[in-house]
Amino acid sequence: MSMRKLAWPGRIEDGRRVLKYVDALSEAVALEMARDKNVFLFGLDVDDHKAIQGSTRGLLDRFGPERVFTTPLSEDAMTGVAIGAAMAGMRPIHVHIRMDFLMLCMNQLVNIAAKARYMYGGQIKVPLVVRTIIGKSWGQGAQHSQGLHSMFMHVPGLKVCAPSNAHDAKGALIAAIRDDNPVVFVEHRLLYATEAFVAEAPFVVAPGRARVCRFGRDVTIVGISNMVVEALRAADLLKEAGVSAEVIDPIWLAPLDSDTIVESVRRTRKLVIVDNGWSMCGAGAEIAARVAEACAGEGPLQIQRLGFAPTPCPPSPPLEAAFYPNPATIAAAAYKLARPDAQAWAPDAAKAELAYQLQFKGPF
Amino acid sequence: MQAKAKSAPKEPDATLRLYRSLRRIRRVEEEIARLYPSDKIKSPVHLSIGQEGIAVGVCDALEARDAVSGTYRGHATYLAKGGSLNAMMAELYGKDTGCARGKGGSMHLIDMRAKVLGTSAVVGTTVPVAVGYALAQKRLKTGAVVACFLGDGATEEGCFAESLNFAALHKLPVVFVCENNGFAIHEPLSKRWATDRLCARVATYGIPAKRFADSDTVAIRKHIEKALPKMRKGGGPIFIECLTWRWREHVGPGEDYDAGFRSKAMLAKWQKKDPVAKAAKALSAKQRAAIDAEIEAEIAAAIVFAEASPFPAIEELGTDVYA
Repeated sequence: MSMRKLAWPGRIEDGRRVLKYVDALSEAVALEMARDKNVFLFGLDVDDHKAIQGSTRGLLDRFGPERVFTTPLSEDAMTGVAIGAAMAGMRPIHVHIRMDFLMLCMNQLVNIAAKARYMYGGQIKVPLVVRTIIGKSWGQGAQHSQGLHSMFMHVPGLKVCAPSNAHDAKGALIAAIRDDNPVVFVEHRLLYATEAFVAEAPFVVAPGRARVCRFGRDVTIVGISNMVVEALRAADLLKEAGVSAEVIDPIWLAPLDSDTIVESVRRTRKLVIVDNGWSMCGAGAEIAARVAEACAGEGPLQIQRLGFAPTPCPPSPPLEAAFYPNPATIAAAAYKLARPDAQAWAPDAAKAELAYQLQFKGPF
Repeated sequence: MQAKAKSAPKEPDATLRLYRSLRRIRRVEEEIARLYPSDKIKSPVHLSIGQEGIAVGVCDALEARDAVSGTYRGHATYLAKGGSLNAMMAELYGKDTGCARGKGGSMHLIDMRAKVLGTSAVVGTTVPVAVGYALAQKRLKTGAVVACFLGDGATEEGCFAESLNFAALHKLPVVFVCENNGFAIHEPLSKRWATDRLCARVATYGIPAKRFADSDTVAIRKHIEKALPKMRKGGGPIFIECLTWRWREHVGPGEDYDAGFRSKAMLAKWQKKDPVAKAAKALSAKQRAAIDAEIEAEIAAAIVFAEASPFPAIEELGTDVYA
């Protein structure tokens, strides 16, 4: 099968291909399945007409039902099945259409997948990818709008990735499939329609390398998952207010490239971390602690965490809007750190819409 | 020469082989129990004394390419499938030469060379892993089967039902072996099961299920051997429930009869069905003596090996967290 046949067409802009996040995911899997016969993809609904919101579209036709198949509603055992197949030398990709369902997999993920190599003295490896999607908005509610990545960051032996754009989604998924360890691959539904330049050929966005998305002098903003997009919009708003913000996307949360973040904060002395999850014991707490440890004794440091409100996610539109950080709240928090002596500033409310609200159309 | 000749395996040396395996496991665990109070072994041991007949019956029917997965009460499974005794003993001592290099202990035995897929301390967790390993065997067309050992307690875990369903749906080559000793830690079946018709429950998944009332080694062996050719050709899983008795306490080297939940009378009843003694009866005194002497020498050497082996270097604390 030629590579071109496996690639999604996308559209051409400035002579380069632009691809949607959702298509980048299935392209990554298609390329790896063609490259390695041991890669297979399974999970409830991966083969149905909606194909996990389109992210597994085309794979069944290309690779057949032995390598692309649905499962019973048995998340716990299916995770064990993936681990067993991985132990036998295969490279399973286990897909969940919502992150919430990973709670049913915790036993296998934490007690077996994460520790098998260690507790069995290095005799085996578990090259497993768990694809999982954060929901959010349009009233998805308390059990379909959770960012639970920090739970997995806590466990040695697991890798955690949360790409924020189509380019990284493709490269990081390829890296995850080729990785010899279990990887929890966190996607965001609202990113699925977003586009980026994505090369047709396979490439990897390797674990443990953060990306500086925008350079700036006054304040460092770290975004996680789709909060990178909102942080970039906040940086635009801050620019209007005369504040230069540096925006960093960790891409991989475990292993976490804190060096890139520390290097930035050494210059700005001010850090805003915007998580797509709760702040309590969250990814932001880990990043803040690492920066504080690394910069200890080097002078004053200001750190602000933003994340979900400390409640379950409500579906009512105004409550839900207040539940998430948005470009205005991010920009206001960053401004306060960057201009501590100035009057409080908030951008125009009309500019506070989340990125998806500018382009997304329902219904669900 | 033997009362059991008519149901014994056909190979001329099978009677000797079964006795050797049973006696070896029994003696290894008796030695572990003897050594345990010295505190040289700092790994909680769950002895399978009394239950050896099941592991030996199943594993003797398997080929080298076939795999087993076991429970935290897994010494018998590991040894019956050919796991290295030296490496197991060293693992119990926490030594670098252990089968998990001192990072697993008694509850996490593994020997991938012998196709022992590993044992786990969380009840039921190895069941779907064994099924996944079997899925790979089917996809890779190796013809190998996986014997998945589990206790009666594991049948109460949700993933047990999930695993049965998936294995049956995909016709995977798995022998589910339930070692039903009637207790989950200290809780009897009567406090855990609404009915004891486990095989009937399993059969509703479309899996042939058979109960062995006294875990007769030869009968179990024969049953598995007969089922294997069809399974290798995609016939799907089978299930056996083997009633048995845990002679020692749940964890540790001691007895626990008359502690309020199990009686000495029941132990005595099961000891009359001792699989090791039963296998011994099929041999002459001379045959037994020769095998016993070999076993004692092997165990003594394994203990010397474990005690003489080095502990892992401190740097090993951080290795193999990731591949």
